[in-house]
Parts: sequence; C-alpha cells; structure tokens
Amino acid sequence: MNIDKEARQIAENIYSKKTSKEEVFRFFHSRAKKVDSYLKSFVEMYDNFTPVNGDSSLGGLPIAIKDNICIEGKRITCASKILSTHVSAYDSEVVRRLKKAGLIIFGTTNMDEFAFGSSTENSCYGPTRNPWDTSRVAGGSSGGSAAAVAARLVPFALGSDTGGSIRQPCAFCGVVGFKPTYGRVSRYGLVAFGSSLDQIGPITTSIADSAHLLNIICGFDRRDSTSVKKDVPDFTKSLSSEGKKFTIGIPQEYFGAGLNEEIRAAIEKVISLYKKNNIKIAEVSLPHTEYAVAAYYIIASSEASSNLQRFDGIKYGLREPSRNLEELYCRTRKIGFGDEVKRRIFLGTYSLSSGYYEAYYIKALKARRLIRNDFNEVFKSVDAILTPTTPTPAFKIGEKKDDPLSMYLSDIYTISVNLAGIPAVSLPCGFTKSNLPISFQLIGKEFDEETLLSLGSTYQSCTDFHKKVPPLR
Amino acid sequence: MADTKNVEYVARLAKIEITDDEKESLGGQLTKIIKYIDKLKTLNTDGIEPMRGLHPETNAFREDKAILSSCRKAIIENSPSSQDGYFKVPNII
Repeated sequence: MNIDKEARQIAENIYSKKTSKEEVFRFFHSRAKKVDSYLKSFVEMYDNFTPVNGDSSLGGLPIAIKDNICIEGKRITCASKILSTHVSAYDSEVVRRLKKAGLIIFGTTNMDEFAFGSSTENSCYGPTRNPWDTSRVAGGSSGGSAAAVAARLVPFALGSDTGGSIRQPCAFCGVVGFKPTYGRVSRYGLVAFGSSLDQIGPITTSIADSAHLLNIICGFDRRDSTSVKKDVPDFTKSLSSEGKKFTIGIPQEYFGAGLNEEIRAAIEKVISLYKKNNIKIAEVSLPHTEYAVAAYYIIASSEASSNLQRFDGIKYGLREPSRNLEELYCRTRKIGFGDEVKRRIFLGTYSLSSGYYEAYYIKALKARRLIRNDFNEVFKSVDAILTPTTPTPAFKIGEKKDDPLSMYLSDIYTISVNLAGIPAVSLPCGFTKSNLPISFQLIGKEFDEETLLSLGSTYQSCTDFHKKVPPLR
Repeated sequence: MADTKNVEYVARLAKIEITDDEKESLGGQLTKIIKYIDKLKTLNTDGIEPMRGLHPETNAFREDKAILSSCRKAIIENSPSSQDGYFKVPNII
C-alpha cells in the first residue's frame, strides 16, 4: 500500500476490491506500532481487526479518536490520572455515526489533560512529538490526532476544538483541521470542557476527506440540546467552486506584531494564489480581536471549573483514602488533576466567585458579543476571512511549559472563532526554512462550511503542501 | 489573587487540596494571567447584553417521558467503591 493516498482513495480501492479492509488495517497498524514508539500520538491502539457492518464512501477505513470522545467498552482517560481506569459505558454520537458508516475505530489519541493546553505536554502520558521535528510539540490539545494523521499512522482522525484545539495542532503538523459551526456536530459523549465552545471535527490530509467525514458526523441529535435542527448538505458537492464568485476578507488585526515573518510571507502567497483564481480580496477589520484571549480564558475556565466538578472521587476511577467526604473530594482532586487543570479550575472558580462574577464572567460575556458582532459585520461584505492559523511554527518541547500566559497567547488567531461559534479550517500552505509546516485559516459564516470547503479545495487543487509526508525514522 | 489567603479561599471553593509550594506558584501564575485578563476593564461594554448562548436563546424542550438507558451496570462498575448497585461513600457525619 502507498502512504501518499488520501482516505477516500483508499476507500475506493477497498470498494473496487484492489485491497481489503483487513489489509488496510494491517498496513496502518504495523506502521503505527513502529512509528508511535517515539511519536507517542496514541494513548491506546486496538490490535484486533474487527470489521463493522455499515457502509459509506469511507466504509472500511480505520479512524483514530481523541481520548475525550466515548467509545463503548473502551478506556477513555482525557489524558488525566483522575480518569485513567474509566471505561465508556456508551458510544458518543459521533462514534455511533462512524460505526454506522462502516468505519473501524483504530485507537484513542493523546491530548492535553481534559483538552486544556496548546502543546499536548499537559498529558499524564507525556508529550506527543511533532513528526516534522521530534524535539518540537505537536500542538494541542488534539496533538495526538494531528501527529498521527500527519505521520500517516491512520488515514484520518477526530479531534475537539474549544479555542483552536483542532486547528492549531493541525497547523503545527501540516494537516487539515476543520472546526464546524457550534451545533453542527453532537457533543453527546464528548467529555465537556467549555460547553458553549466545544465542537468535534475532522483531522485529515486533504480538504476533500474533511468533506466526506463531515457528511458522516454532522446532524441533529436530541441528546445534545445545543445540537441544531438544520438540514445537512452533501458537503462533497462543495468541493468544486465552479461558477461561484467569492470575496475573501483579510483582517488587519491578524497581521500585527508577533507574527512570524516566514508565516507572513507564506500567507501573502496564499492571497496571491486566490487572486489569480479570480477571488476578490478585501481588507476588513475585526476591532475587538485584542480582547479575545482574555474573554476566552475567563469563559472557558469558568465553564471548565463547573464541568469538572463531577470528578470528585465518587463516580470515577481515582479515589484517595480519606476520613470524610470533604477530605475525599479535596485529596482526590489534588492527586488526580495536573497543574494546568488546577490553574484553569482556579481561574474559573475565581471568575465565578462572589464579588468577581460581574467584573470577570459577565464582562467576558459582553466582550464575546462584541467579538461576534465584529464577525457579523464583516460577513455582510465577504464570504470568508483568511488569517494565519498560528503566530509561530511549532515550538520546542518544554519551551513554554512554565509560562502559561505565553502558551495561551499561541491560540491568539483561533480563539475568536469559538467565541463566535462559527466554522473555520486550517490548511497547510508551506514550510519554514527549517522544514516546519505553516498553515492558513479560513473562517466562515455560521453554518456555511460549504464556502470553506470550496475555497480550501481551490487552494489544494493548485498546491501540493498537503501531500508532503514527514521523513520518519 | 497573589496573596496566599485568596488562593486558599479559591482552593476551598474548588475543593482541591494544595501544598504551600503550590500556593506560591499558583498564586504567582494566576496573578500574571489575571493581570493580562484585566485588559477587559478597558473595554467599553455599556449597553451590551452578555452573550449566554450561541443560537437563538430558546430552550430545547422534549416530551417528559422516561427512557431506559442500559448502561447503569457499566456506570456503577466504573466507581471506585459500590454496593448493591449504589455508589459507596465514606461517612458524611
């Protein structure tokens, strides 16, 4: 088998009987076993080939699942000590849909503990390494999924994105990461971090594969009360932009100081390529961008501190022996949670505490509305917005470990999208001189994933950055 | 936030035991983060409604009907201590 193939091309070969489901599974399994001994992108890999009944354009393909999405009968840990023995009692809605579509669940991938982080260093299993340079981080929090797909250990994967956790690691690893509109994909069976921000999405090598996977995972689910009752289009039909006229907005706020010069130059080339393809480019402004990180860390931490109250030593795996209930809670949470989880719970608890609630939490919700209004205004005149995905390429493992604020600022270009609830995709668009991937981000209107797919497809039909495979030992 | 009293107070609310070292390090890190977050205070939000939800803010109603879920046993089995189908906890009083 050839690792250059995109997922749907492998699926076509299965369909036309050029290869078999089992042969595809064995190929990826043996490759992953070998490479992941040093990449550490998986938490667990399932060794037995168990074909699923069910069919779709991706039937028979293996898929990796971030370790915060429930798979019935399998361990789910969120890379946290507090959940390390927990077994899912049921399938998440996305996994149910994947199985129904005939996909094979290949294993669970590493992540920052409870998805709190931008480097996958906050994992109780240790960091995932970037396949392009193993001394660097894979990004996070879906770093395991992004690294596994980039290294072609699996044709594609699912991640979750609360402030950039799909797009940022995909940018660092040189693969495609799609965050759908909030409400498009059911969160049933996704371990909650920031419930008003979380969204599950595909991690793939090509934009076409994203469209095929979105077709499977999108749709209303009554068990997620924020999932939206809205028709889901056939996303694969958007992959051609023939006869469509698009305008892309370039927000000046995303090109200021702090943007790496090699990334800036690569993004300028993307803009030129779109111009050549008769796509109009317009300067736009998102004036409240500078408040996004501050508002996000208040809202996300507040929601997280509330969501993580359930990990109390009663219903889940870890319990520290104690004399009474109060001590049991406090000790279990002391031992079970890592440093970043504690920081976020503290920040969230503080923002929600009496005397600070108005000044922090409510203020952040107001800023959130202003940020969303900015997007609404800009989308009156453009179809999509183009930005860098990250201000820098992948940083060194350990580089930001003791400086949480500088880690938070690495999500500066991805966070606003979650606050506004709109879709966005990160696509590879070049390499730095030291051969690290560079990516750009396309941001779309609410429920308009289709424009992003069209524009992404136009880009990938003219370039081959997404076809590059990292040199692995 | 920096003073250890404040950190202790938040730790009590969050039900997380912390060591003296953590009081120092968490306090320092959180002070830095809160200093950054305080930039929101310079933002004029007069007349702006807090944004509490993404989509039109209505409730998602469903019929008030009991539905059996089949995973009770699996959920209890995940508990560190259980008896007769119930979670077991240490003495409360």
